[in-house]
Parts: sequence; structure tokens; C-alpha cells
Amino acid sequence: MINDEQVETLLLDMLEKYGYDFTGYSRASLKRRIHRLYGLDKAVSFAEFRFKICNDPAYFKRFVEQITVNVTEMFRDPAFFKTLRNDVLPKLGTYPLIRIWLAGCSTGEEAYSISIILKELNLLHKSLVYATDLNPAVLEKASQGMFPLSLMKQYSENYILSGGTQDFSSYYTANYSLAKLNSELKSKIIFSTHNLVSDRSFNEFQLILCRNVLIYFDRDLQNKVIDLFDNSLEELGYLALGTKETLEFSPIAKNYKRLPSDKIWRKLS
Amino acid sequence: MRSCDALVIGGSAGSLEVLLNVLPDLYAEISFPIIVVVHRKQGADSLLPSLLSGRTTLQVKEADEKEAIRPGVIYIAPSDYHLLIENDHTFSLDYSEKINYSRPSIDATFESAAAVYKKNLVCMLLSGSNADGVKGLQAVKAFGGTAVIQDPKSAQIAYMPAQAAENVKIDYTLSIKDTAEFINLLSRKKAP
Repeated sequence: MINDEQVETLLLDMLEKYGYDFTGYSRASLKRRIHRLYGLDKAVSFAEFRFKICNDPAYFKRFVEQITVNVTEMFRDPAFFKTLRNDVLPKLGTYPLIRIWLAGCSTGEEAYSISIILKELNLLHKSLVYATDLNPAVLEKASQGMFPLSLMKQYSENYILSGGTQDFSSYYTANYSLAKLNSELKSKIIFSTHNLVSDRSFNEFQLILCRNVLIYFDRDLQNKVIDLFDNSLEELGYLALGTKETLEFSPIAKNYKRLPSDKIWRKLS
Repeated sequence: MRSCDALVIGGSAGSLEVLLNVLPDLYAEISFPIIVVVHRKQGADSLLPSLLSGRTTLQVKEADEKEAIRPGVIYIAPSDYHLLIENDHTFSLDYSEKINYSRPSIDATFESAAAVYKKNLVCMLLSGSNADGVKGLQAVKAFGGTAVIQDPKSAQIAYMPAQAAENVKIDYTLSIKDTAEFINLLSRKKAP
């Protein structure tokens, strides 16, 4: 079992050798992920494990990919996507250009889900979705727009529950065991690296989505990242968080009004 | 018996019946937090806390991330997240891969609690049809904590506690009717 001290050692190594700052991450999950990788890769000793992380950039890439959580799905929490479809995105439809930031996009499933809704609302042509993640490996995968065919049944059910009325299978072509999403859905998505811990605001948006990312941060880092979102959001813009995340404890909460359902807040003017 | 800083109860199919039977007989004050991890269908979210709170005078709530864990409160793991415990006795949520086809996973919470509460942790595994919780109980024992199972004979589905009995050195095996008294005795506070 990896102990607390070893976790701290690795966090300092990452910061010093590679400039990745994970010290604001919640430890319980991080420790679990590191322990899991240690077992998965059959590390001989902690010293060997640490040496590889510090001296083998390819292994370091794997390390970052594995200790961050990249589990996601299309139209996850269908009720949330229903609110996006029925309430949030139609309101943004009056803007000449809709700018959306999806922070912590992982392998892209949510970005494509948003594209599908924008397309059905006839807004895709004037939208831009900036989908960012700290992890280049998952962005690479995201930009391919290919997902296991076996998951499409579940995604199709989510899509219908989220208020979708089209034939979901019209959005992809089956290619052996993979479903390739139509390239039109990718045409307005910009996949790019961005580290919420160390990178700054890069644009102004009318909608920022960051779901199930803040749960991995300690309270200080949460507030710092929420500030970053606040600085990147236009007045009357929307901020969407995960089911178990909240703005409530942030000093900026008073400038926001929460929608009655869902974890979506609107910035007051 | 050792002093108890936290009780974690894990269960799957058939465990709800146990909880509904046990909760009404608990003392009105319990000297430690009770953390409940029950497998259930995704989306059936807020139902379980309200169902259980109808059976006890103790406060029942879904665990929130960063929430300070307080004695005398029954916390329910939210559906579709793993529930972890930090060294400073607050909750963390985690949306990583399912473990034993389950999220929340009992193993994840047991293991995480074991490293924090060590010998003052009691973990109890109830009825269920998969082996989630068995590795967790092993971790509890490795840290010197106490492992308890529902008597497989009294379980609607014996598989889960039976797997634990086979693979872990169990400290106590309890029938449903003895469970409330066991928890009350663990609590340092006397009956009102």
C-alpha cells in the first residue's frame, strides 16, 4: 500500500521535474489512483516506481493519465442535458456567436453531446465549443471522435431521456467495434490542453461546463478555479457543475443565481 | 470492545431490509458516525436517505463532498460516486471506474476508512450477491480494525457475507435482531 508520505513525495517530484501541480488535489482519491497504478504496473518497489516517474517522460505521461479520473459518458445525467436543451442553450441562441468552454473534457463524450444538442437546436453553425483538459493523451482520443460501439445502446438511452427525438444511430457510422461520430459534430469543437491549476483565463464565454472535476480539488483550489470561471464568464452567462458540486461555498456565489433544478448557475448582470 | 470512531455498513441486494429493521432500535445518540454504502440503481438518488430517516431519530443525510464527518449522523453514499474519507475526517467523492461492477463500491469506502480510522474502525458487511466489500474487510483487518458480517443464514442473499467469512478473519457474525444492540454497545453513550 502506498502511504501518505510517499504520495507527498510523488506530488513534489511532479511539481519539480515537470511543473505539474497536483498539491491542491484531494488526497484520498489521488492515493487510491496511485496505489491502483502501482499494482497495475507491478512496480517492484516504491523507489523503482518513483525513479521511472521522474526519469521516463513516457511513463510520466501514463502516470498523469492514470491518476486523473477520465471516466465519462455521452449525455451523462440526462436531466441535466434536458435543461441545457430546453432552457440554457435556447437563451444563448440570441447571441451572434455562442462560446462554450467545457473544462476537463476528458475523452470528449460531453463535447459531442453538446454538439448534438446545438445541431438539433439549429445553433451549431454559430457556436464554438472549447473543450480542454490537462491531459494531452485524452485530448488525442477525444479528437478522434470514436467510441466503443458497445456503449452506443446506453448513450442512445441517455440521449432519449435527455429529450433527444432523432434517431441516435444517425450520428455515427459503425466501423467494426467502433462508432465513428459524424465529422460535422466535431467541426465546432476546439480540443486543447489547459490546466485549471496553473493556466489562466483565455476567453470570455456564455456557458462554462465543468462537471465532476472540482470534487478532486481541495477547497482552496476549488475556489481558485471558480474564480477563474467567474473571470471567464460574461454577465448573464451560465456555469454548470456536477451533480454533487456547488458554488455555495465560494465568495463569488452572491453574484450568481441558481436555476431551480440542476447544478447550473447564472451570472447576474 | 475497542472504542469506535466510525462504523461503515456496506450492503447490496437484500440489505435494505436489514437497515429498515435495525435503525428503529438504535439509541437516540450514537457516539460515532455511521456511514452506509448500499448498491442501488443509478438515479434512484434522494430516495434512500428519506426512506431511512423515517425509521430513526438520528439525522440521516446523503454525504456531501468536503463535508465534515460528525458523530451521531447516518451518512448515505450518493449513487454513482465512490465515497472516500480524508485524513481530516471529511468526505471525498470520486467518479472513477466501477469496482466489482459497483459505484459506489463498498471496497473503496472500507479501504479508505481503514487507512484513516485504523484500529478504531468497525466495518459491517450485509446481504448481497457479489463480492464487493471482501477486499475492503481485508484492509480493515490489516489496519487493526473490526470486521463484522451479517450471519449468512439470516441474509436474503448470503453470497456477500459468506464470501467475507471465507476470506477474512471475521470478528463478529450477527443476526438481524442482534445488530442494533451491537451498534448500541459500540456507542460510548448510555441509553437515554
